[in-house]
Amino acid sequence: MAVSEQTSAPEAQDASPNREIIYRHTVVVRATHWINALCLTLLLMSGLGILNYHPALYWGNYGYQGVPSFMSVVSMRDPESGEPVGVTRIAGWSFVTTGVLGVSYDSEQRAVGRAFPSWLTLPSVPSLALARDWHFAMAWLLVANGAIYLLFGVFNGHFRRDLTPAADQLRPRHILADIWDHLRLRPPRGEAARRYNVLQKFTYIAVVFVLLPVMLLSGLTMSPAVTAAVPVLFDLFGGRQSARTIHFLVANLLVLFVLVHIVEVFLSGVVNGMRSMITGRYVIRKVGR
Amino acid sequence: MSRLISRRGLIAAGSAAAGSLLLSGCDQVSDAPGLRWVLDFGQLASLRVQRLILSGQPLVREFTVDDISPEFPPNGTEMPNGFGYFELMISQFANWRLKVDGLVRHPLTLSLDEIKQMPARTQITQHNCDEGWTAIGQWTGVPLSHLLQAAELTPDARFIVFHCLDEMVRLPDRRGFYYESLDLFDASHPQTILAYGMNGKALPVAHGAPLRLRVERHVGYKHAKYVTRIEAVDRLDRIGRGKGGFWEDRGYQWYAGL
Repeated sequence: MAVSEQTSAPEAQDASPNREIIYRHTVVVRATHWINALCLTLLLMSGLGILNYHPALYWGNYGYQGVPSFMSVVSMRDPESGEPVGVTRIAGWSFVTTGVLGVSYDSEQRAVGRAFPSWLTLPSVPSLALARDWHFAMAWLLVANGAIYLLFGVFNGHFRRDLTPAADQLRPRHILADIWDHLRLRPPRGEAARRYNVLQKFTYIAVVFVLLPVMLLSGLTMSPAVTAAVPVLFDLFGGRQSARTIHFLVANLLVLFVLVHIVEVFLSGVVNGMRSMITGRYVIRKVGR
Repeated sequence: MSRLISRRGLIAAGSAAAGSLLLSGCDQVSDAPGLRWVLDFGQLASLRVQRLILSGQPLVREFTVDDISPEFPPNGTEMPNGFGYFELMISQFANWRLKVDGLVRHPLTLSLDEIKQMPARTQITQHNCDEGWTAIGQWTGVPLSHLLQAAELTPDARFIVFHCLDEMVRLPDRRGFYYESLDLFDASHPQTILAYGMNGKALPVAHGAPLRLRVERHVGYKHAKYVTRIEAVDRLDRIGRGKGGFWEDRGYQWYAGL
């Protein structure tokens, strides 16, 4: 039975009695995880490459240079020194972001006016055509990969078995304890490491069933052909420019998720974590060793 | 604890090095001709799937007069170079003619007044630049399908090419003029019009006077301005550099529904 995969008895016993190796990730989860990682990286970089051509975000149906923006990145010159300055404006606040946003430096340390630096964009040299090509090709790969993952998650039982919080995990005391453990940067150990912790489950559920679908739908809302067929997308997001802004904000949440995810992998043991996502095998250490 | 930190520091340094290696490799990734098929596959998938969901030829959402944006940024050419266009402009396009030719049974030569006598359609729609901005404007013009019916396409016609008066780059062979193309699926859509009016007035020069294409299910660069000739063809590779449009010849997607 598939159900036995994650919580099975030791598949291969290690010589040491306080180590146990479990089969944590199925091959579908491992493959879709890495394809997803590749897609999200290239989608982020090509997305910023596109955003560089109009680095301002608006609410509503329309938005163009001159319309008050919710957020914008501009390159300007310091009126006194004449030096290039990068300024990022968010909801009325202005920040000098020279070096990263607005103005960044090329390999010869010359200041270049561009919203996002070349090391964050795909391609690194400005090319809207290529950035769009990459963004849409990777979006298709993400959708195909996501479809495989969702089908597998439903029919293999991955969602029910591994992502759905167990009854004991949903008790307020358990959730509070889990929050406290996270704040102290203490990953679960021993038996508790056999399953995802409850905050981890909530986070994965939010990413898989909320953030990524919102990314997909807000991205589709920017396509005039898609909105011709499905105009209700305008009502869902409050207009094409709102959808574009939401697309960017949720992309930020995904970046935040990936950063926290990577920190957690390091905290809980990067070798063990990486091995489990490559070979599937994860070492459980008995507590009190 | 200190052992943990130092190990973590080591790993962080290592992954930073690996990260910079990855990033410097990204240009090789984006420029690699060996990966072009990935991008071409993405384009094909977009075309096929969008055509599937648009097979019923739904209309794009039309807006009300109150929704028209206060401004409408002109993009691309705002005033074509050369005395030829200037002369047309100061005579209010009295000597301007639209040619409809190529694979048609009845080639047409039409004055602006003759085009204005034809059945007109007015629509308030969003204009989406591939750079990311959106404006809303009202357009009045003749449906392209009406012109094509009047000219009567021959059965081998597959694409409609729009030749424009604005020269984007000076080339010795005069191939630097703006042009665009549609297939018959988009050419026959009711909202695909050749507009001579914008926001209730004559189409301004900056927006392509006297006649521009509106093809509402595509991003901005498909909407050719300063249209002077409409040519029906069976293939695109003999026009310009063969990719179906001025920007397409410079790497942009021919199918621009997204």
